[in-house]
Amino acid sequence: MQKLKCFLSSFALLTLCFYLPLASAAIDTFQFDNKAQDQLFHHLTKILRCPKCQNQNIADSNASLAKDLRNKTYELVKKGQSKDQIVAYMVERYGNFIRYDPPMTPATIFLWIGPLLVILIGFYMLFELTRKQKNQDLALDDTEMNRLKTLLKENVGK
Amino acid sequence: MLIKHKKRIFLLMPALFFLVVCIFLFKGLFKDPHRLVSTRIGKTVPEFTLPDLFQPSKLHHSSIFKGQKMLLNVWATWCATCYAEHNFLNKMANSDIYIVGMSYKDDRTKAIRWLKDLKNPYKITLFDKDGMVGMDLGVYGAPETFFIDSKGVIRYRQVGDISPQIWREKLSEIYKKME
Repeated sequence: MQKLKCFLSSFALLTLCFYLPLASAAIDTFQFDNKAQDQLFHHLTKILRCPKCQNQNIADSNASLAKDLRNKTYELVKKGQSKDQIVAYMVERYGNFIRYDPPMTPATIFLWIGPLLVILIGFYMLFELTRKQKNQDLALDDTEMNRLKTLLKENVGK
Repeated sequence: MLIKHKKRIFLLMPALFFLVVCIFLFKGLFKDPHRLVSTRIGKTVPEFTLPDLFQPSKLHHSSIFKGQKMLLNVWATWCATCYAEHNFLNKMANSDIYIVGMSYKDDRTKAIRWLKDLKNPYKITLFDKDGMVGMDLGVYGAPETFFIDSKGVIRYRQVGDISPQIWREKLSEIYKKME
């Protein structure tokens, strides 16, 4: 009897664990005037990063701040603002952190120049190596020539 | 001789590159990625009108941040760190630091009870129910404290609590320097 009770209560707990997240995950419903607004909203919530939760965009995050930012984005899209205007609005408040696509600034310039530098250095090294190989003195002196001749003779003789 | 020297530098290049990368990554270990620098530093407090926490009909305009330097403390009853910080805020208020409070995304009754139970360190307490003024300030959590000078310009933002230690080591200096 004791065992059955224990089993039943743990089973109930387990099922509760599965259902609780479903109960709390609320889905926002947003109504738009046209398809373009709908698409812009969904695009923006994907490219804007939640400042609270480090590596989630505001569409994926359940943080209360992400919800506020979704609502604000919705409000601005409904007002007819463009993508650039809305991104600028968010950057003004939260900085470039909020963008997944960082702009070119002195702090981020290395992201663009870095790979280019590596490629250039690679080419330079390749160029230097081949130049050195070309410059090597390949002509044989007399003793080397004689040795080569004897070696060749030996091989032909076989 | 010169060629040999050149070659040595050439061979050292990968090691140097490795060292630079190491320094870069090592520095990253001690950086807290949760701390964002406020974009509002050096700018005046954005315009707003918010009701008072205790008297809903009384409205405060952003012009309250003028005439003397002060702190704007963003807090909420759902925030455990705010509870930890509250005692020290009371102490600061007792030593004549002008603190404005902003109840952020909270329940009015709970917030009032909190201030009654724990004492009220705020000269004015704003009530930002939906967090929209918080958004204008770039608030992304609680507690956050803005250091505002007598002209209404934001000079610093502290993310997280003000502990006696942080105050002593860093923040009091910033506060003293403000005009």
